[in-house]
Amino acid sequence: MKQQIEGSQAIAQIVARCRPEVIAAYPISPQTHIVEALARLVKAGEIGRCQYLNVESEFAALSALIGASATGARAYTATTSQGLLFMAEAVYNAAGLGLPIVMTIANRALGAPINIWNDHSDSMALRDAGWIQFYAEDNQEAVDLHALAFRVAEELSCPAMVCVDGYVLTHAYEPVDVPEQADVDAYLPPYEPVQVLDPDDPVTIGAMVGPEAYAEVRYLMHHKHIKALEAIPRLGTELSEQFGRPSGRLVDPYRIEEADTVILALGSVNGTIKDAVDDLRDEGWPVGAVKLGVYRPFPAHALRRVVQDAKRVIVVEKDLAIGHGGIVSSEVKMALKGLPIVVETVIAGLGGRPIPKASIVRTVKAAFLEGLEEPHFLDLKWEVVNKELRRQEERRRSGPTAANILRETGPFGVRVL
Amino acid sequence: MIQVRVHGRGGQGIVTAAELLSMAAFYDGKYAQAFPTFGSERMGAPVTAFCRIDDKPIRSREPISEPDVVLIQDPTLLHQVDVFGGLNPKGLVLINTARTLEELGLAELCAQHPQMRMYTLPASDIALKHLGRPLANAAMVAGFAAVTGVISRQAVEQAIARRFPGRLGELNAAVADEAFDWMAAAKEEMAGRSS
Repeated sequence: MKQQIEGSQAIAQIVARCRPEVIAAYPISPQTHIVEALARLVKAGEIGRCQYLNVESEFAALSALIGASATGARAYTATTSQGLLFMAEAVYNAAGLGLPIVMTIANRALGAPINIWNDHSDSMALRDAGWIQFYAEDNQEAVDLHALAFRVAEELSCPAMVCVDGYVLTHAYEPVDVPEQADVDAYLPPYEPVQVLDPDDPVTIGAMVGPEAYAEVRYLMHHKHIKALEAIPRLGTELSEQFGRPSGRLVDPYRIEEADTVILALGSVNGTIKDAVDDLRDEGWPVGAVKLGVYRPFPAHALRRVVQDAKRVIVVEKDLAIGHGGIVSSEVKMALKGLPIVVETVIAGLGGRPIPKASIVRTVKAAFLEGLEEPHFLDLKWEVVNKELRRQEERRRSGPTAANILRETGPFGVRVL
Repeated sequence: MIQVRVHGRGGQGIVTAAELLSMAAFYDGKYAQAFPTFGSERMGAPVTAFCRIDDKPIRSREPISEPDVVLIQDPTLLHQVDVFGGLNPKGLVLINTARTLEELGLAELCAQHPQMRMYTLPASDIALKHLGRPLANAAMVAGFAAVTGVISRQAVEQAIARRFPGRLGELNAAVADEAFDWMAAAKEEMAGRSS
């Protein structure tokens, strides 16, 4: 049944219906509403015998889940930003041990400077840890992806993150259909582990391996991800049949017929991009869009097939590889190697900077007319940047950058936007 | 599409006001999306929340910079935040105040924008009467319904009942009821004056 509901509440409901057996979490904005709602559901006895662990940190949350998952329990947590970084060592271990934990990332910027708003710096920082990474466009997709994530993770014995834009989605009220318990049960069977800590049948999970075996174990992690490229669309189709909505598409095209230029992005900005594509098409610009629904494994072949007839791909990404440029665009360039397609990088939405439709439209037109510098920073306040650079050149003791920039821009909240 | 921006301060239920608007629109069979801009959420700091209402699914995720309607739940913001920024020249403003537009120093602005409709509603006074606290969001949402007709009175009641269970819901329903009647009467009176 459709409800008008906050994204976080809808996510908590679907996670509950996936029947986790252990949840361990530490609150951090903008993830807190999800784990608070789950704590209430566990306390009310609505998630069976689920254990909810109040832990002292994110590192403890995931460490506890590694133990729980190794004993054969379905395990869930959620975090964001600094919380994910604090958990980093355990994030790598969960994947290396092949434990199918599911974790929601309420995407948020990384410090310093401290910033609680949305971008993809956090999940991108852990993109190579060995977790599958889904990115949700809206809260309906966020809900469906959690059921898919448990199913894919458990089939492959590989952990999965569902990345949901912090505030933009987690705190948005919109119509969402959370599948009924019976439908979730029909889709998601009880977890059957490939390895389990059992005193009656002892095994070692997490053996130390030397140069003779490490590469093989790591290769097999990579192999799981290659298998995931087949498993995700297959299990997504099954989910579509159960829930009546498309799901599990690795890449999702929008109006790319005869599109000269394709805008590519992850997550919620795809909604605004589709509106921009409609406006550009109305004006006669041959533009389409492609949403990357999965970032790990990287769906290179699927992407290549979808955009092969385009002349230009503009990657709009909410991250910045300091000292390099675009993270997503670099991988898109690799995927399209050998094709006569120009790939442009647009760094946008850092630290919650709005990405207005008008800015996307303007940038796409500029790409057509004069090309973009590499990388292009969407709506960056160059006058503020250049003034600070001049100050730094003028004197050695130029002071802390963040405070200097705030003096120029004014604090958040006084202006309307 | 109707785009609404709500201005107030931390602790005044601004985010809840946008949520109530979106729920009421949902109960009326429309599509709606409500979301806040969170700053450092301090009691009393300026807070903005948004609501889009449409007959088709809403995809945009950008903050509302060109609203059709501005709800100002705290009139002291008039001198602190650019609450009218980007407002549609034919848009509508609803201010929570028992004072007149002249007393608020807005007569000149009204004269400059003859197509803009500006209304006042003593939402805090109505809330104080029923709740014992000046929590004006239910009154503002009801006022919005009465003056725009974008959402129905019944849908506002449904949204309030869903959002505030029990006694608090009954009290807020009474607030919304009185605010709706007050606003409908004021609108009629204004229409009578201008015709």
